[in-house]
Amino acid sequence: MTPPDLGAILFSGAFGLVVIGILGIVMSTHLVRIVLSIVLLETGANLLLMLSGYRAGAAAPIIIDGVIPAAMVDPVPQALVLTAIVIGVAVQAFMMTLVLRLRSVYGTLDIRELRTCLERDIAQEAGIGLPTSDNLPETPGVGPVRTQGGDA
Amino acid sequence: MRSYVSLLFVAGLAFLLFVITGQLEFGAAPMRVGQAINQTSPAEVGAANIVTSVVLGYRALDTLGELAILFTAATAGGLMLGRPRAGAAHDPDAGFILRTASDLLFPLLLVVGLFIIVHGHLTPGGGFQGGVILAAAFFLPLLARPGTHFNHAVFSVFEGLAGAAFIVIGLLGLVYGGEFLAPLLGQGEMGSLLSAGTLPLLYIAVGLKVGTELAGLMAHIAAYEAVDS
Repeated sequence: MTPPDLGAILFSGAFGLVVIGILGIVMSTHLVRIVLSIVLLETGANLLLMLSGYRAGAAAPIIIDGVIPAAMVDPVPQALVLTAIVIGVAVQAFMMTLVLRLRSVYGTLDIRELRTCLERDIAQEAGIGLPTSDNLPETPGVGPVRTQGGDA
Repeated sequence: MRSYVSLLFVAGLAFLLFVITGQLEFGAAPMRVGQAINQTSPAEVGAANIVTSVVLGYRALDTLGELAILFTAATAGGLMLGRPRAGAAHDPDAGFILRTASDLLFPLLLVVGLFIIVHGHLTPGGGFQGGVILAAAFFLPLLARPGTHFNHAVFSVFEGLAGAAFIVIGLLGLVYGGEFLAPLLGQGEMGSLLSAGTLPLLYIAVGLKVGTELAGLMAHIAAYEAVDS
């Protein structure tokens, strides 16, 4: 049995992170877990980008002491990933602020409870009845009543 | 039921992705653009770190757009969370070890962050990476002593100045170099600290902006009153 080559391992890792991230997004019901899944998904996408610029036996695209290496890896994906990571961190921090606000307004981070609360509030603001359907699945417990206002 | 459908969807996606894996060639990037940049950028831009010449030379406008995203995220975060009420309760100070460590680490992180920013055109690193380290330096004291007053006004001034400096350098490039964000001031000797024209200045602006914005955003999150219900 021959060992799998390095490329297969690295690509599997990158795609694996993407798949785990998507799995977390669609399967989780807790908002913080969904945010963490998005972080994993981003990491996988970044790793994939980095791999796309790799060249076997090539040096990093940095010139040391004026010596230009014979072969250098692609600098463009590296530049893209470099900025994408920092932008990702900023967007994750923003997602966490939204999660914090939701937690303080509704007191829960379960998306099923949040959905019930949001539907109730939207119907209340619009002055219409709650949306109903015969095929509606059983909703597990209604969240706490919204406190004063909604936003301060 | 929902989870079965989700599982099926993810399993199908994973299958498709792993089929692609088998067809990808590893270590043989076509590099149509990269090859040209690797060949021309040492003479054209003069930055020893070619990634920097891509980020701040060839793709400088995109970098400006990314700074705009950062600004939007930080501003929106501040708007969402608002300011804590005066005299609002905050967490007690951390233990002795964390407080001492944060005092010790603050100058070190500051120096390392600034070093990485200033040497962005020579070594791996640059404004984005160094900026995050700067943000950590300013956020660490808040973790150790949650009651500390975080001066958002000073940080906003630095943030605005850094963003304005980036655009002003770009406009100077438009006037004197013929293109927005064109590198000016000559290339200098490759590998020395004062080389690659305006790229180090741009990276300093980026670093300050990233550092102040992330620190401000995290300070907003840290100061937000936890509602325990």
